[in-house]
Amino acid sequence: MLGRLNWSAIPFDQPIPLAAFGMIIVIGVAVLALITVKGWWPYLWREWITSVDHKRIGVMYVLLAFVMLLRGFVDAAMMRSQLALAANGAQGYLPPEHYDQIFSTHGTIMIFFVAMTFMVGLMNFAVPLQLGVRDVAFPVLNSVSFWLTAAGALLINISLGVGEFARTGWLAYPPLSELAYSPGVGVDYYLWSLQISGVGTLLSGINLTTTILKMRAPGMGYMRMPIFCWTALASNLLIIAAFPILTATFAMLLLDRTLGFHFFTNAAGGNAMMYINLIWAWGHPEVYILILPAFGVFSEVISTFTGKAIFSYRSMVIATMAICVLSFMVWLHHFFTMGAGADVNGFFGIMTMIIAVPTGVKVFNWLFTLFRGRLRFESPAYWALGFMVTFTIGGMTGVLLAIPPADFVLHNSLFLVAHFHNVIIGGVLFGGFAGYTFWFPKAFGFRLDERLGKAIFWCWFVGFYLAFMPLYVLGLMGATRRMQHYDEPGWQPLMIIALIGAIIILAGIVLTIVQLVVSIRTREQRRDTTGDPWDGRTLEWSVPSPPPPWNFAVQPIVDGLDAWWAKKHQTGKAYASDYPVAIPVPKNSSVGFFLAFFAVILGFSLIWHIWWLAGIGFLAFAAIGIAQSWIDSEEDDVPSEAIIAYDRAHGRGEAQA
Amino acid sequence: MADRSWWQMGVLDPQGPVGHAEHTILFNATIVMLGIIGPVIILTLVFAAWYRASNARATYWPDWNYSGSIEIVIWSVPTLIILFLGGMAWIGSHDLDPGRGLASPTKTMTIEVVSLDWKWLFIYPDQGLASVNQLVIPVGTPVQFRLTSATVMNSFFVPQLGSQIYTMAGMVTTLNLLANHAGTYPGISAQFSGDGFSDMKFNVRAMPAADFQQWLAEAHQANKPLDAAAFQALAHQPGKIAPALYSSIDGALFSNVVATAGQSALTPRPDGPLVRPKMNGS
Repeated sequence: MLGRLNWSAIPFDQPIPLAAFGMIIVIGVAVLALITVKGWWPYLWREWITSVDHKRIGVMYVLLAFVMLLRGFVDAAMMRSQLALAANGAQGYLPPEHYDQIFSTHGTIMIFFVAMTFMVGLMNFAVPLQLGVRDVAFPVLNSVSFWLTAAGALLINISLGVGEFARTGWLAYPPLSELAYSPGVGVDYYLWSLQISGVGTLLSGINLTTTILKMRAPGMGYMRMPIFCWTALASNLLIIAAFPILTATFAMLLLDRTLGFHFFTNAAGGNAMMYINLIWAWGHPEVYILILPAFGVFSEVISTFTGKAIFSYRSMVIATMAICVLSFMVWLHHFFTMGAGADVNGFFGIMTMIIAVPTGVKVFNWLFTLFRGRLRFESPAYWALGFMVTFTIGGMTGVLLAIPPADFVLHNSLFLVAHFHNVIIGGVLFGGFAGYTFWFPKAFGFRLDERLGKAIFWCWFVGFYLAFMPLYVLGLMGATRRMQHYDEPGWQPLMIIALIGAIIILAGIVLTIVQLVVSIRTREQRRDTTGDPWDGRTLEWSVPSPPPPWNFAVQPIVDGLDAWWAKKHQTGKAYASDYPVAIPVPKNSSVGFFLAFFAVILGFSLIWHIWWLAGIGFLAFAAIGIAQSWIDSEEDDVPSEAIIAYDRAHGRGEAQA
Repeated sequence: MADRSWWQMGVLDPQGPVGHAEHTILFNATIVMLGIIGPVIILTLVFAAWYRASNARATYWPDWNYSGSIEIVIWSVPTLIILFLGGMAWIGSHDLDPGRGLASPTKTMTIEVVSLDWKWLFIYPDQGLASVNQLVIPVGTPVQFRLTSATVMNSFFVPQLGSQIYTMAGMVTTLNLLANHAGTYPGISAQFSGDGFSDMKFNVRAMPAADFQQWLAEAHQANKPLDAAAFQALAHQPGKIAPALYSSIDGALFSNVVATAGQSALTPRPDGPLVRPKMNGS
């Protein structure tokens, strides 16, 4: 009846996950109870859950990323404290079967549900506004993408209390992840939650690519798009090209595990090394899917806060697209130590280094944007400067790892761990925070607390260096990744410094919550009444904060780069002066929410082999998808009176032109 | 180790030509790159400080966004550095190819390596013996390792001797290493392989040739053969195990492990899937 599911799935013998899961349930129930008591359900349902407004969806993505950051950070803190203790014969407090789940969860959550979700959220929010359009190409699909991502995140968290998570590392290399070596449900949780969220990501990539290619404001040729839109285009093209590889690879592993196939098994002609090739054929582009939007955020932030056009826009575009293409030709550098031979290793080493050229050009472009600028030291600028310093170091260690003989001694070491945290924290996460602080006033109509914002930056910046510089040294000293304890007493002092770094990062995370609460409570003093709090350059700053559901009351017409800056300085053309008679705005849709609901049921029952429930889940999922295609009235017209009223309420008269 | 600083270990303290060459490459490449990233970091901070909004003396060119000469420099400097490092990578890949034999007046010795759950088996085919979780080699003799796995993938790595390489079921990889100095060097698996991974360690004891011969002679007296049954027992022995010796070997053992792709080390379960023995303790 319930497949593999029975009471032994609940980890009654393991107090840590049980307590954590209990806490999640208690908090979850408390939040739901509060919403019910306060009567917020209709509001949440109408304005958020069923919203197909790209701005709302973007905000929900970022919120999901923050929530998952808490989970991923708890895992990180447990690893750091375990390794600070488990030296010289000591076993620490986490036995291997638990520790192995923690590092697997940490990696999976941080990449798929924090970094990815954060970047997709920022792109969702800002790209249509920057393009001067009223929504993404497929608004309902956008909502479906978000809810499928949330469904994957939910499934991963269910594994904390029902069953177990993978004990294989975040990429679940076979044959370890095959049934012969991982007979439990952990790898199935990993595979199904990422299959579900991966579909969401792919749909989101198609949506944003279409939006950028087909829906720009009149006059906005490709070479007039803001840099963030270019990096978003590159990132979403990579999603379209790379995510099907991930889905296919996971599908093969699922066939091995569920139906006894032999794609990657040791036995019967399977070859696990094919999986490792395939997963990195997705995995390396994935790194650039994450970092390219962050590059875009920094380009916008540096240009805005220096009050200066980005240096050599054309170089920036060429570099972005070069990275986009090259990122598909370097995957083998993740396993130089497989014994491929000197020519193959040499080729992929050189290809990897070539990516450093366009990346280096970008750094120089930011540098020369600072040159003869007028830099305002507000918190987004802090993140950008912190990024330029930190990311450069990460780039250097990346090129080191790209030299095959150097990689032979650094591969899988804590040096490697330090390197990718250096570029993912110093690049993607700093970019996420820069974008969050930068666009927050646009999204909500008030600014975040600036003093706390700087404190958050310093916590992350100092915490990062303390937590990861020791790991570089430890890697050189011969410490490998994923070890649960070690014998070398000389490593312990560095492990303790790394733990202190993690504690400082924790302070940054706590302050992020404090900043949000403080800023919301004092929002009346922080109102952005102009719509342009940072003296911005691109079109999102030309509309009120928060923007109306239709984004632009009057269609902007673009005749150059930095269209809003040009208009402010009276060099650009005026926008059309008349309000339109009516603007069509897409209707709310609950299809995303219900699809995700049944996706969770489908995923859960497939993990536990509850076939009848999987059948129900699949049929419901398919039925909703098919029913959606019969809906033909998808838009409501907003009359011009409502549009004018919104603008008046936000301090704008009719004479906008 | 006592006469060295606490941080002088691992990759930073190479004890053989492979490790030395890799240490040199790491050092040189770092210096070359510091030559560019150092100025970039300093200029970032200097520009940010000088071109701050509150500095009335700083020049402000709001519309300046292009300079052909700067453009040439920012594309060519990274390109030149990458040309140099790319050359280093290409030459290094060939010189330090793990499969490439090491030049030495001494005859190369072969050792077969099998990764098991969670221990290392070293077979000396020419000397006719085997050891578990300890690797004894003569100083100054090039050693060619032929490696496979009787379980999941692992990576054979002795940081002080240099290159690591994967061990994979059903496949053989080759790695050539040499120890220049006598000593004891920690060896690990550098690829996560399951719950017992952290204890999957061994020591490399590099000793002068005479001592090695003596070790061989003593080892042969142990009277503990490594036949198929002993291999099965070893493969399924749970938990962390102490270094051990086998005085004679089944010469076809390594090729059998490769041919069966590690299946010989798995326990078939009646109801279907193969299950790996659970580790005791911890």
